[in-house]
Amino acid sequence: MPTITINVNGSARAVDAWDPEMPLLYALRSQLGLRAAKFGCGLGQCGACTVLVDDAPVRSCTLALKDVAGRRVVTAEGLGTIERPHPVQAAFIVEQAAQCGYCTNGMVMGAVALLGRVPRPTREQAQQALAGNLCRCGSHDRVLRAVQRAADASRT
Amino acid sequence: MAAQLDRPARVAPTLTRRALLEAGALVVGFGFAPVVSAQPQGAADTPRHLPLDRVDSFLAIRGDGTVVVHSGKVDLGTGHRIAMRQMVGEELAVGVDRIELIEGDTALTPNQGPTAGSSGVMRGGVELRQAAATAREALLTLAAERLQRPVAELTLADGEVRAADGRRVAIGALVGERGLDVAMNPKAPLKPPSQYVLVGKPLPRPDVPAKVTGRHVYVHDHVVPGMLHGRVLRPPAVGAKVEAIDESSVAALPGVRVVRIADFVGVVAGDEWAAVRAARELKVRWSTSTTLIGHDAVIDWARTGPFVAEEVIVAKGDGQRIAALASATDAIRATYSWPIQSHGSIGPSCAVADVRADGGTVWTASQASHRFLATFAALVDMPRARLRVVYLDGAGCYGMNGHDDAAADAVLLSKAVGKPVRVQWSREDELGWDPKGPPQLLELQATLTGDGRIDAWATEMWVPRATANLEWVPLLAPLAAGMRQPVGQSVGLVSQNGDPPYPANAIKVSAHWLGPAPLRPSNIRAPGKVANCFAVESFVDELAAKAKLDPLAFRLRDLASPRGAEVLRRVAQLIGWQARPSPAATSRGNLAAGRGLAYIHYKNSETYVALAMEVEVDRGSGEIAVRRVCCAHDCGLMINPDAVRAQVEGNILQTLSRTLYEETTFDRARVTSVDWASYRLLRFPAVPRLEIALIDRPDQPPLGAGEAAASPVPAALANAVFDATGVRLRSVPFSAAKLKALLA
Repeated sequence: MPTITINVNGSARAVDAWDPEMPLLYALRSQLGLRAAKFGCGLGQCGACTVLVDDAPVRSCTLALKDVAGRRVVTAEGLGTIERPHPVQAAFIVEQAAQCGYCTNGMVMGAVALLGRVPRPTREQAQQALAGNLCRCGSHDRVLRAVQRAADASRT
Repeated sequence: MAAQLDRPARVAPTLTRRALLEAGALVVGFGFAPVVSAQPQGAADTPRHLPLDRVDSFLAIRGDGTVVVHSGKVDLGTGHRIAMRQMVGEELAVGVDRIELIEGDTALTPNQGPTAGSSGVMRGGVELRQAAATAREALLTLAAERLQRPVAELTLADGEVRAADGRRVAIGALVGERGLDVAMNPKAPLKPPSQYVLVGKPLPRPDVPAKVTGRHVYVHDHVVPGMLHGRVLRPPAVGAKVEAIDESSVAALPGVRVVRIADFVGVVAGDEWAAVRAARELKVRWSTSTTLIGHDAVIDWARTGPFVAEEVIVAKGDGQRIAALASATDAIRATYSWPIQSHGSIGPSCAVADVRADGGTVWTASQASHRFLATFAALVDMPRARLRVVYLDGAGCYGMNGHDDAAADAVLLSKAVGKPVRVQWSREDELGWDPKGPPQLLELQATLTGDGRIDAWATEMWVPRATANLEWVPLLAPLAAGMRQPVGQSVGLVSQNGDPPYPANAIKVSAHWLGPAPLRPSNIRAPGKVANCFAVESFVDELAAKAKLDPLAFRLRDLASPRGAEVLRRVAQLIGWQARPSPAATSRGNLAAGRGLAYIHYKNSETYVALAMEVEVDRGSGEIAVRRVCCAHDCGLMINPDAVRAQVEGNILQTLSRTLYEETTFDRARVTSVDWASYRLLRFPAVPRLEIALIDRPDQPPLGAGEAAASPVPAALANAVFDATGVRLRSVPFSAAKLKALLA
């Protein structure tokens, strides 16, 4: 069985690649047991499956496995843990910025990517950066507050 | 950071109540790590009767003094997990980090009814609270015997009973092998609100840290050893039949098996991507079917029927005034409508089923696991006692989305292949096939008195009728497989709040009850009330405009309810309401600014909400930008104010989305709005500033917060657009094209 080696959360991982067109999301969830990234649409329209590839937020549901070889993939599991959350995750926890939480992975990854580019984003910049992330519960305002909180925390 | 209260859900399904109880000795601190040895499913987990009149059905106290709460109602992202702990912990004087919560598991929790209608706290929580209060009574009685002191000299605190003489006994030491073994006492005294230490505090929700770090186990993430991945092929047209299947079309894919039961067609594979591709590539020839009416014909259908009943819902005051309305030349008349909408869950529905010859388990995000136990038992022709339905979180559903259908899919596939099967719906499956929020049509007419008060008011509504005593909503898989399903539909309590909450000399509300809705309906958040309040509170605004009165003053003038008046005054304060009639006299250039408000006393008996907003309308394009939304909310005693606030925020933003953008479109064959481009949701750039005032009433019963604030959103928005432009939007969605045409 052919395999493709990808770099996920700092480790080289070999994944079964019987179909090199398989989206990265399925390798992460089904093969590597990394289930933070969620299946939301399979169309790149909602953001629930977002991971960082070379620090940029990417929809893993439409990114073919063959195009990931040699690139750095980071999932929410790679950012932090319940005991030691990443500063952005910590800000989401303080703001209680999740209801059902199904979209939250994408919100966190999008926020991390934004703050990497723009350390002190305005509310409007955060709104634009997350424009491709859908939330049905209506936790948007808390997500924006969490982004602000994370930005404030990184300044001190 | 909050302690992680939730034991990983992956472990829960294999635990018995006995194992849970004995787990206490193994649990150190509050990790609830999965240290409990998992037992194989089957006989050991045989569901037992958990009567609602026994305290032990709801609560167990372990030897170490930790408490296990068995909740039939579930957390749908709503804060139930912390609120239930607060309510129980308060009565038992046990901290929330000493309470474990088991939810929606038919083997472990009593049947408290579905988690619906904003009933989680106000019914489910109140029931648990009474169980805890009864347990408190029983513990004090047991301690009185043990310590040989009268109950009056005893206090319960920090997990122990203390006597006036200084002696103490831990609650874990008071409970024996048989539990508390006491009947629920509906009169067991509750702790007075003045002594609350947990209830009313904005304690953090225990599930958030795991959700934010990607560790929370949703049903989508649940894995059973040997599990296969399943997909179901829904027909290209509603009602189409299978004519032929070419299995060779997927023969090249690894490990794929095709399952067909009549017109139910599924695929399973060990590899998930193989299952996805098989579902896409399997060649099935379907018959043509054009049984639908198309979304453009929905309003005509509502008007013409067929009808199954006529009902007068409200008849108050002078009937002759109502009779005179039809011919009154000075009457104001308006027609409002609400489209069919999807629940729009971000995660398409998913479920896992493991059906064996001797029993089975279904993991589902259902709002009604106990109800669907009977459904699945019928599907596999097994006694209910052999089956177990276990709740795991799904993507927020806000009513019955596709989760129960996905569970039925998994049950049929698992039974067919004899292995556990996980079924994951696609985006197209979810938007195309989830049961839909039903359409509503309302006609209102009213006359005013000489001094601008409501004289006569009549609401007529055309709305699908819920089938009485429907066992469950008929599910797609068994229908396609030719298995018996109940006949009928469920829509929720859609006829409430059709009357104005303000006094009038005569009020009549009547319903023309329709038969089967154009697409399979189910309850959707604040069923019926969103559209009814849209019509009623928009029409009140029309009356205020006709009377040339300020819309706030028009409402407040004669509103009898003090709590209602207070939320209206508070919201006016928040937004800085300027008293004047609508529409505004001025508008600047192409951008017209306006403000509007709306009010509801939810179901005429529950939560009070007033909502006001500021909008800008681009007269050129018809685009509406909502700038600010203010809300005053009174749901009685608040168990957890931050969880209430989150619900209010969510109600506002979700209903803005439903009002501005959402309509399920369909042609004669099938739903055509099946992705996020054709079924549009609110996105971040359109999110307004939110200002929310929560009014706490510790002396009042707790009421629901999950739905009420959704209801006044559409009317407040329509009233703001009218204030800005003088144009009245009476049908949803408020698309730019629609408003542009009205402005032309």
